[in-house]
Amino acid sequence: MNQVPHIRKFKQVGTRPARPDGDDKVTGRALYGADASAPGMLIGVILRSPHAHAEILSIDVSAALAHGGVKAVVTGADLVAQDEEFLRDIQENCLALKRVLYDGHAVAAVAALTAKAAQEALKLIKVEYCALPHVIEVDDAMATDAPIVQGGRALENVPAGFSQNVTYHCAFGHGDLDAGFAKAQHIVSRSFKTAATHQGYIEPHACLAQMTTDGKAELWCCTQGQYNVRDVCAALLGLEGSQLRVTASEIGGGFGGKTNVFIEPVALALSRKSGRPVKLVMSRSEVFRATGPTVSSSMDVKIGMARDGKITAGHAELRYSGGAFPNETVSMGAQSAFASYDLAAVETLGWNVLTNRPKEAAYRAPGAPMAIYAVESVVDELCQILRLDPIDVRLKNAARKGTKSSYGPTFDDVGLVATLESAKAHPHYSAPLGPNQGRGLSAGFWFNFGGNTCVSLNVNTDGTVSVIEGNPDIGGSRASISLMAAEELGVPYEKVRTIIADTASLGHNDITDGSRVTFSVGLATIKAAQDAIQKMCGRAAQIWGIDPDAVMWENGAAMPAGENAGKFPPMSLADIAAVAFETGGPIAGHFEVNADGAGVSFGVHLCDAEVDPETGATKILRYTVFQDAGRAVHPSYVEGQMQGGAVQGIGWALNEEYIYGKDGCLQNAGFLDYRIPVASDLPNIDTVILEIPNPGHPYGVRGVGETPIVPPLGAVSNAVSRAIGKRLSQLPMSPPRILHAILKD
Amino acid sequence: MVAVTLWGTMRQYADGRKTVEVEATNFKELCDALVSHYPGMKPQIERGVSMAIDGLIYKEAWFTPISPTSEVVLMPFMQGG
Repeated sequence: MNQVPHIRKFKQVGTRPARPDGDDKVTGRALYGADASAPGMLIGVILRSPHAHAEILSIDVSAALAHGGVKAVVTGADLVAQDEEFLRDIQENCLALKRVLYDGHAVAAVAALTAKAAQEALKLIKVEYCALPHVIEVDDAMATDAPIVQGGRALENVPAGFSQNVTYHCAFGHGDLDAGFAKAQHIVSRSFKTAATHQGYIEPHACLAQMTTDGKAELWCCTQGQYNVRDVCAALLGLEGSQLRVTASEIGGGFGGKTNVFIEPVALALSRKSGRPVKLVMSRSEVFRATGPTVSSSMDVKIGMARDGKITAGHAELRYSGGAFPNETVSMGAQSAFASYDLAAVETLGWNVLTNRPKEAAYRAPGAPMAIYAVESVVDELCQILRLDPIDVRLKNAARKGTKSSYGPTFDDVGLVATLESAKAHPHYSAPLGPNQGRGLSAGFWFNFGGNTCVSLNVNTDGTVSVIEGNPDIGGSRASISLMAAEELGVPYEKVRTIIADTASLGHNDITDGSRVTFSVGLATIKAAQDAIQKMCGRAAQIWGIDPDAVMWENGAAMPAGENAGKFPPMSLADIAAVAFETGGPIAGHFEVNADGAGVSFGVHLCDAEVDPETGATKILRYTVFQDAGRAVHPSYVEGQMQGGAVQGIGWALNEEYIYGKDGCLQNAGFLDYRIPVASDLPNIDTVILEIPNPGHPYGVRGVGETPIVPPLGAVSNAVSRAIGKRLSQLPMSPPRILHAILKD
Repeated sequence: MVAVTLWGTMRQYADGRKTVEVEATNFKELCDALVSHYPGMKPQIERGVSMAIDGLIYKEAWFTPISPTSEVVLMPFMQGG
């Protein structure tokens, strides 16, 4: 791990204690969404559309209700109609109203005594459809004569004359493009396509809902944001937020895909109707068909480069589809596309387009990986054409302090140059390659966010500490939060336990997304610890009979701030906690904030790939991730994020894609046909953490969870393109696609 | 006065200008001033915007102070995964 000097010397932050959830997860004790149960519980199942696009003429549930084991049936009419578009889209996605918009769209749901009875009842529901023309590919959907997925959804920023499927348009950039391209020695223009990919979490969506006749409700579910689930479900069920308590289970992967609500309102509606608890667990097929994959894309990139490798101008046009409902994810791609470069002339245009696919959900750094893949591919091609070293070219053009970014703001301290220099000095970059092998490089970028955060920290009378936070732990945050609490308080890590609160036990916390938790919750935890320290210093002052301002906190104990304060032996946290009741009552610290100052993050990935020229199959031989992580609170988890992002990106680059038939139905809704990488497909993913402290956080923390999925698409594509001597421009680079490229010409 | 850099598709509501100047001392005042002077921006600002103030990105932060010398860049509402 490359370390940059820090102002503060840490005792516990930066160490690697055993993960607090490890034993539970490897022994099976950890309780995931599907592990919840309640006495008298019913089983819920959902009827889904077999059509890509159809009008619902009628739904007859009478035969299903007559089934002996059935206790409730619900349709879209059982949810409260919403005025706000954001909620109306969620409502219609959870249970269709007058139309189905994609294969797998939920139409009705049944709660029954057994799963068998529920499945039998599903077959008894009679839905009369009128099939409508559908459109799956983004470029097809932009045609003015394309079938219209939803009319009247275009925002005011879409110019006249476009298909009604085009709902959003954005543009970013600065400088004179024509002048920039005129200065270029060489210009490459190329078009790219990327497939929709699923987040691929192993745990399917699952929940247990219980609504009682007095209007109170309990919901247990796997989610990245229990407060968001509460707010959405309360609106869709017509409940007050205080009457619905949502508890997040242990989570078996999310990656952005569990930031949305799919089944929870349905389970609550079934429970309300039946008067019984209802458990609803998606099958794997349902997860693929009806929960969000990432956007699919079609992109054009044009870059001009001078003989010395200086990029003179860059232009990109991005067309994204996030399925049948509007979204603005393309704005994130358009802002990210050229963020790694210091450019005098740059422009990115973005379009969102409706298609008859499931409603998009976020997937780590939503919108960025595909845009940066396209840009990094063209930069690599220019390096080949001009015979320039790919790292030298990126260093020559790298964004750094003072760079006016391609999306507008001027960068402060950022770690791209350090990351590139580390990659250049690494043995991987100079290792020899064999026949049919290629080395690919890509830089990547992500914004990172802060957001609304609330933390309570309880000092227990036995000298231990309980931290209560409200963000599900999807990447090791409990360990990181405990480490920061222990560091600030000056107590051993083992004395601290961090738990995730339900929605009734702690104030609002934003969703676990945007790489925000270690940054924001960590910041709030440090502040909550300081609040508790102030109170403990006050108690010590009372005991000693001196002014509270004359007490300081050092090495986990209160002590006189100087000789004038008097001579008293230090009182440790345990000493003060032991007499808390006698000195004024329980001691706790709190902090609430809408955190800002998250600080952007850059990564560089190196990939060696070998392609079998007879089959087109690719083997990843070596892979190294370099990332500016700010202060790595628990380096093992940071490395895990970097490795996990690389692996998911390798899958995205090589094999993963939503495949549709001519009927608009998904053809590969299972892990057998939707192939994510397994351990035997991969080398060890090496990691190099660069610690460039974030000035916006007391410990220098940056988010690390999303940046690692950004560079792999470009790194793998550049490696494969160099290995076969042909420039590839479509993901995934599955064996047939590579073989076709090899045999072409 | 604060100079605000607009992203490309917002410029159409300010007669094509890349930068506009408004009177504001914080995030909320700046959004209100933009809506007041450039009503075409209202739908986007009501849906949500982020703002980079001296390089740091803020969202839903009404009282974040802005000085006349601040670099202010209007951005779409940030989302993550």
